[in-house]
Amino acid sequence: MPAGTLYRGREGMWSWVAHRVTGVLIFFFLFVHVLDTALVRVSPEQYDNVVATYKSPIVALLEYGLVAAILFHALNGLRVIAVDFWSKGPRYQKQMLWSVVGIWVVLMFGALYPVLGHAFREVFGS
Amino acid sequence: MSTTDTAASGIGPVEGAGDFSAYSVDNPAPFIEAPRKRTKKTPKSTRGNFEMYGWLFMRLSGIVLVVLVLGHLLIQLVLDGGVSKIGFAFVAGRWASPWWQAWDLAMLWLAMLHGSNGLRTVINDYAERAGTRLWLKGLLYTATVFTILLGTLVIFTFDPNIR
Repeated sequence: MPAGTLYRGREGMWSWVAHRVTGVLIFFFLFVHVLDTALVRVSPEQYDNVVATYKSPIVALLEYGLVAAILFHALNGLRVIAVDFWSKGPRYQKQMLWSVVGIWVVLMFGALYPVLGHAFREVFGS
Repeated sequence: MSTTDTAASGIGPVEGAGDFSAYSVDNPAPFIEAPRKRTKKTPKSTRGNFEMYGWLFMRLSGIVLVVLVLGHLLIQLVLDGGVSKIGFAFVAGRWASPWWQAWDLAMLWLAMLHGSNGLRTVINDYAERAGTRLWLKGLLYTATVFTILLGTLVIFTFDPNIR
């Protein structure tokens, strides 16, 4: 194992990896999402049929994952902009990453009930 | 000591220094132009600034998308019963307003171009053979143009009374 650098294996590298992975995932969902929405131009029944899958408990988990990916990509994207344009950005990039993670955890906790509540009620009754 | 002696002494001309009369005992280190400085004689770059504009676009569209997408998630997945209320009637209700039509149109274009440019970067990074890059990017651009046109068409031609 070669010696580490200031970058490799540290916050900067892993936030870059996570930004890339979440970005690609969101992009692939976007294709599917435009296609399913295009069904409103076919017929109301076809559209409602496909949207019904979005309401199933398993897909609700995927939606929670989508929200997780989008929130991280959005918050970390703002951090990248701050690193690029704010004169002190590079110096505080690490602190900004942990702020991103902190805000992300709070928002994900807040999204728990709105996004997964209906699936929870469906699986566990009442 | 005259300036012509400099060349005669075997030191040879200093490249790029141009005017040797600037050297003297009182001024042994005159200003020499930086080797890669852009001057009038520098040929114009034929590459343009595409990558710089791409870089800038990612940041500008990113800021706008934070507002558009998080607002979209809030309306679709959180407020008013979350995903359960979504259906044809809900879409018809929202697209009755030009505000939300414009919102969705801007979101579609910016998100597709932002994502497409991001994936272009990913392809450039990982596809090592020129042929692979060409095919992957061809596929990417085709899918991007198709999706943007389809989405735009759907927003502009939406008919709430389709039934």
